[in-house]
Amino acid sequence: MTVAVALGWAIDLLAVLLLALGLKGLAKVRSARSANGLAALAMGLAVLGLLIQSPLTPVAWLWIAIGTAIGGLAGLFIAQRVPMTAMPETVALFNGCGGMASLLVALGVALFQGVSGLVAAISIVVSVFVGAITFSGSLVAMGKLQGWIGTPGWTQGQVRHGLNIALAVVALVAAIALPVDPAGPSLWLLVTASTLLGIGVTLPIGGADMPVVISLLNSYSGVAAAAAGFVVASPLLIVAGAMVGAAGLILTQVMCTAMNRSLLNVLFGGALGGGGGASVGGGGDEAGYSRITSCSAEECALALESAERVVFVPGYGLAVAQAQHTLRELAKLLEANGTEVSYAIHPVAGRMPGHMNVLLAEADVPYEQLVEMDSINPDFPRTDVVIVLGANDVVNPDAKTDSSSPLYGMPVLEVDRARQVFVVKRSLGAGYAGIRNGLFELPQTAMVFGDAKAVLQGLVGELRDLGVGKARAAA
Amino acid sequence: MSGLSQALWVLLLGSLLGFELIGKVPPTLHTPLMSGANAISGITVLASLTLILQAEGNTALLLLGSASLAFALFNVVGGFLVTDRMLAMFSRKPASPKSDSRRDS
Repeated sequence: MTVAVALGWAIDLLAVLLLALGLKGLAKVRSARSANGLAALAMGLAVLGLLIQSPLTPVAWLWIAIGTAIGGLAGLFIAQRVPMTAMPETVALFNGCGGMASLLVALGVALFQGVSGLVAAISIVVSVFVGAITFSGSLVAMGKLQGWIGTPGWTQGQVRHGLNIALAVVALVAAIALPVDPAGPSLWLLVTASTLLGIGVTLPIGGADMPVVISLLNSYSGVAAAAAGFVVASPLLIVAGAMVGAAGLILTQVMCTAMNRSLLNVLFGGALGGGGGASVGGGGDEAGYSRITSCSAEECALALESAERVVFVPGYGLAVAQAQHTLRELAKLLEANGTEVSYAIHPVAGRMPGHMNVLLAEADVPYEQLVEMDSINPDFPRTDVVIVLGANDVVNPDAKTDSSSPLYGMPVLEVDRARQVFVVKRSLGAGYAGIRNGLFELPQTAMVFGDAKAVLQGLVGELRDLGVGKARAAA
Repeated sequence: MSGLSQALWVLLLGSLLGFELIGKVPPTLHTPLMSGANAISGITVLASLTLILQAEGNTALLLLGSASLAFALFNVVGGFLVTDRMLAMFSRKPASPKSDSRRDS
């Protein structure tokens, strides 16, 4: 063993340790940022350890430089340019590319280095299969979140199960045939079937469930990395891939629990709200609501002015309207008026668990004012005014009372127990999941129709006219 | 790696480690955690590099390895930076990064 190899091993071990510590630290608020840096450092060390152990030819350097320049610069560019609201689809994009990388490695080995033995064949099959599903599934998820791809009607029928099972069978047959001729047609059949399967299983899933899918695909990309680790015989890669795969599964489970859906239901149940793809994005379907009270920003401002305790319930609609800064401005005015302000954060507010926290933190909302569902629910009865901004399903009281509602059993924010509720919404259209909301018809609820940002600006203006916050501002 | 059984042990222990490491996560951190874990899954860069190192002048293999490296690094660089951007927002408040302490405002 040369010194270089021994040094490489030591660096590998250090890298594994730092990766584990990084992943652990990411789960705590205090240490998350430094843990992320630690994980990045570990990644750099792992690469260094590999390069130290191997003699490098100038040709290898050249190709490494090309790949690094393209991938690194693209990553740098995207990471700095995407808005915070587009985080879910950005993670999906990165994730898909990770899957693609594993797929390409397996292809390279199968095509040019040959496959000897059953273990090598299995490693390549898993790497190709999971890598391709991760890639195509992530891109479909991204397209759906961006609104580029809808939910085609036929994908809601039973036919899709038949189609996906057929694809899986084709992939299995190709996988079994692969060891006979690793570089032959069976490899391409496996690639094609796996890619189509990734599309086939992701396409029928409604937009509301997309975060769960991305989390699961994130877990897959870990599995794909571990499989690639078997392909190139790298224990470090196997450990890291397995860790991410397991961590991704846990996170997926946590999200499913928060949405009161089983993973099987998400994956095979189709879009919430059923039939004909009328699921995502909602529409102008105003049928079915009676007893709706609507009010102006002025009335809402009057209620706010005299309230002692106000809770905001931000949803994705707030983020779409880019209104988090205006919301913060309104909250500051109310605080200057002596009102106690907090923000109720449902575990799946935004489009991913924790997404809303990120968006509000961007608007400088103090961390302590963000209150999680279980902590704030008991406080609603002593809350004077609740303002729901672009949230819908997470405040639907039917989830507690109406066993026929598709949301039944999902934990929700119990805003219906507050004295007065204002729901800021563009129209009475259905929510993300396309389900009617009994909250809108309650006597203490009033709808304020309009774009979240415009309404909030109106409220700020009205409150200023009422003289709220003047005393502080002058001082 | 000398044998399959060792590789499988590594796989098993790595998985158990992953399950243990993030047993409990505050919902606030779900999105950054997902993003950070996603960046770590870009560790496939090691496989891409290995492919290039073993190419021995085979241009097609070098090309595949390089393309794979680009995809993996895109995942790694973008993933870590985006995660840092998200987490920077939480830690910007200098007074109390601790979740249980309360600032008087």
